[in-house]
Amino acid sequence: MFKQAAWLGWEMESNWTEPGLFLIYSIIKPVAGAFILVLMSFVALFIGGGSQNLGQSAMFAYLFVGNAFFIYVSSVLFGCFQVIQSDREWYQTIRYVYMSPINFYTYIVGRAASKVLIATIATAVTLAFGVFALHIDLSMSLWDIPLFLAVMVIGLLCVVAIGLCLAGLSFLTAKHTHGLAEGIPGLFYLFCGVIFPLSVLPGWGQSVGRALPITYWLEAVRRLVLPDSLFAQVPTGLEQADLAGIIALLLVSTAFFFLLSILLFRMTEYLARKAGIIDMTTNY
Amino acid sequence: MTEPGFIRLNVRALLGRAYPRVIGGTRELSWIFFETVLPLLSIAAYVFIYKAFLPPNPDQTMLDKVNALVGYVVIGGTMTAFWLNVLWSMASQLYWEKEVGNLQLYMMAPMSRMALLGGMAVGGMFMTSTRAVTTLVVGVFIFGIVLTISNPLLILAVFFVTLIALYGMGMMFASLYLLYGREAWNLSALMEEPIFLLSGFYFPVKALGQTVAIGASIIPATLGLDALRQLMFPVSGFGTQFYFFSPELELAVLCVLAAVFLVLAKLSLGYLETLAKREGKLTTRHQ
Repeated sequence: MFKQAAWLGWEMESNWTEPGLFLIYSIIKPVAGAFILVLMSFVALFIGGGSQNLGQSAMFAYLFVGNAFFIYVSSVLFGCFQVIQSDREWYQTIRYVYMSPINFYTYIVGRAASKVLIATIATAVTLAFGVFALHIDLSMSLWDIPLFLAVMVIGLLCVVAIGLCLAGLSFLTAKHTHGLAEGIPGLFYLFCGVIFPLSVLPGWGQSVGRALPITYWLEAVRRLVLPDSLFAQVPTGLEQADLAGIIALLLVSTAFFFLLSILLFRMTEYLARKAGIIDMTTNY
Repeated sequence: MTEPGFIRLNVRALLGRAYPRVIGGTRELSWIFFETVLPLLSIAAYVFIYKAFLPPNPDQTMLDKVNALVGYVVIGGTMTAFWLNVLWSMASQLYWEKEVGNLQLYMMAPMSRMALLGGMAVGGMFMTSTRAVTTLVVGVFIFGIVLTISNPLLILAVFFVTLIALYGMGMMFASLYLLYGREAWNLSALMEEPIFLLSGFYFPVKALGQTVAIGASIIPATLGLDALRQLMFPVSGFGTQFYFFSPELELAVLCVLAAVFLVLAKLSLGYLETLAKREGKLTTRHQ
C-alpha cells in the first residue's frame, strides 16, 4: 500500500507531466533558491570589504549547507499538507481513497515519500553545485557515514511526523492548508538557524529555535559534513552541546512528534467524520 | 430591456470580475494573518542573513549599508506578493476556471475576454496591494528601516507602471497557460525562485552582472524594484555601484513593457479563441 501511495504521490505531485520535465522543475527551484543566497552573501561580503571568496567564508558554508538540507523540510511538509486538500477539493477522490482498505495515515506517509525522493535529488544537486562551483569544503570520514545516515533518517522521520500533525488539521480546515504549508516552513526557516546562526536572533528567538527539533537536525548534519576548522568559526548558539547530546535531543523530539502525529491525526479524523466533512468541497 | 453598449458592457464585466477579489478581503479576514504575518517570516530570515555577515562592532557607515540592504529585502518581499498574485491568480486563473467549469461560461458571454482579464488584474492589484502595504509598513517598523522619500511622484509612477506591466504579463500568460494544460501548475511553480533570483528580489540586481540584469529586465519587477530602491535609498552607504539604470530610464522602459504585454495579451487571447472554435476542446477538463 505504501508503494502504491508513493507512486501515486509522484504522479500527482508532477500533475502527470513527463517525469524528466518534472525532475528539471523540481531541481531548478531549489538551485535558484541557493543562488539567491549566493548573491546575497556576495553582496554582504562585498560591502563588508572582506574577501569575496565565498568558498572560504565559514558563514557562507554554514548557510549554504543549512539551506540545502532545508529543501527536505519545505518539500516534505508541503507534500503532507496538501494531500487531503488536493484529494478532497481538487481531484475530489478522497471519498474513494478513504473507503478503500488502506490506512489513511500510511497513505499520506506514502504520498510524502515521493517528496522525500525529489528533495533528495534537489539537495544532492545543490550540494554538488556548492562543492564544484563555489568550492565549499565538505568532508566526512568513513566512520561518520553511518552516523550521518542515521541522523538523516531520524530527522526525516521527524519532518514527516510534523507534516502528519498538520495534515491532520487540514481535515478540519478549508483553504488554510495552503497558508500553513507556507507558514510553518517559514517559521522553521526563521527560527531553526537554517540560513544564519541561532546566535544572530534576539534572545527570545533563540529560545524558540532551541525548542524546535529541526534546529538540532541541521546542527547535527552541519557538524558531520563541514570540516571542524570551518564550523568552529561560526557562533552557532549551540556550541555548548556535544554531537551525542544533539542527536539524543533529536531522537526524543522525533519520538514525541511521531506519537503526537498519531494522536492528532486520529482525533482530527474522528472529528471530521463526526461532522461529516471528510469529503467536503468548499471551492477554495 | 435595452442591451448595454460595448463600453458599458465591458466596464460592467471588468467591475464584476474585480468585485469578488476586492470584496473578498472583507469577508475572510484570516488573510491578515496568513498573507501579512507569514510572508514576514521569510523576509525576516533574509534580513538576518545580512545581519549575520555584519562584522563585530560595525561603524555608522556599515550600519547605513546594512539598513539599505535590509530595506532592499523588505521592498523585494513586498513585491513578492504581487508576483505570486500574477502567477497564481492571473496566469493560472483561466486554467482553474476551466477545471471548475467556468471557462465555457466566459467564452459564451458577450463581453470582451480582455475585460474579464482586466477585471482579474484590477481586483488582484487591489487585493494584493492591501497585503503588500501591510507587509511593507510592518517590515519597515519591525526592522527600523530608514527610508528617504525624495521624489514621491516618481515613486508612485514607477510603482503603478510596474504593476500594470506585471499584470499585463499575467494576462498574456493566462492564455498561454491554457495551451500548456497540466504543465501550467509546474510552470507557475518554476517561475517563483528563479524569478526571485533573476529580478533581484532580495539583492541588487546588478550583482548578477550587467548582461544578465539586462536580460532579466524583460520581467517588469526587475526594473521596478531597482527604480524603487534607488528612489527610497538614494544615499545607501554603498553609493551607486549597485544601481542599474536611472529611475527615469527604467520608468520609460517599464511603460514600453506595459504596452507590449497588453498588446501580446490581446493577441494571445485572440489566438486562443480561434483555437477554441477550431478544435472545440478548449474547455475539456483534466487535459
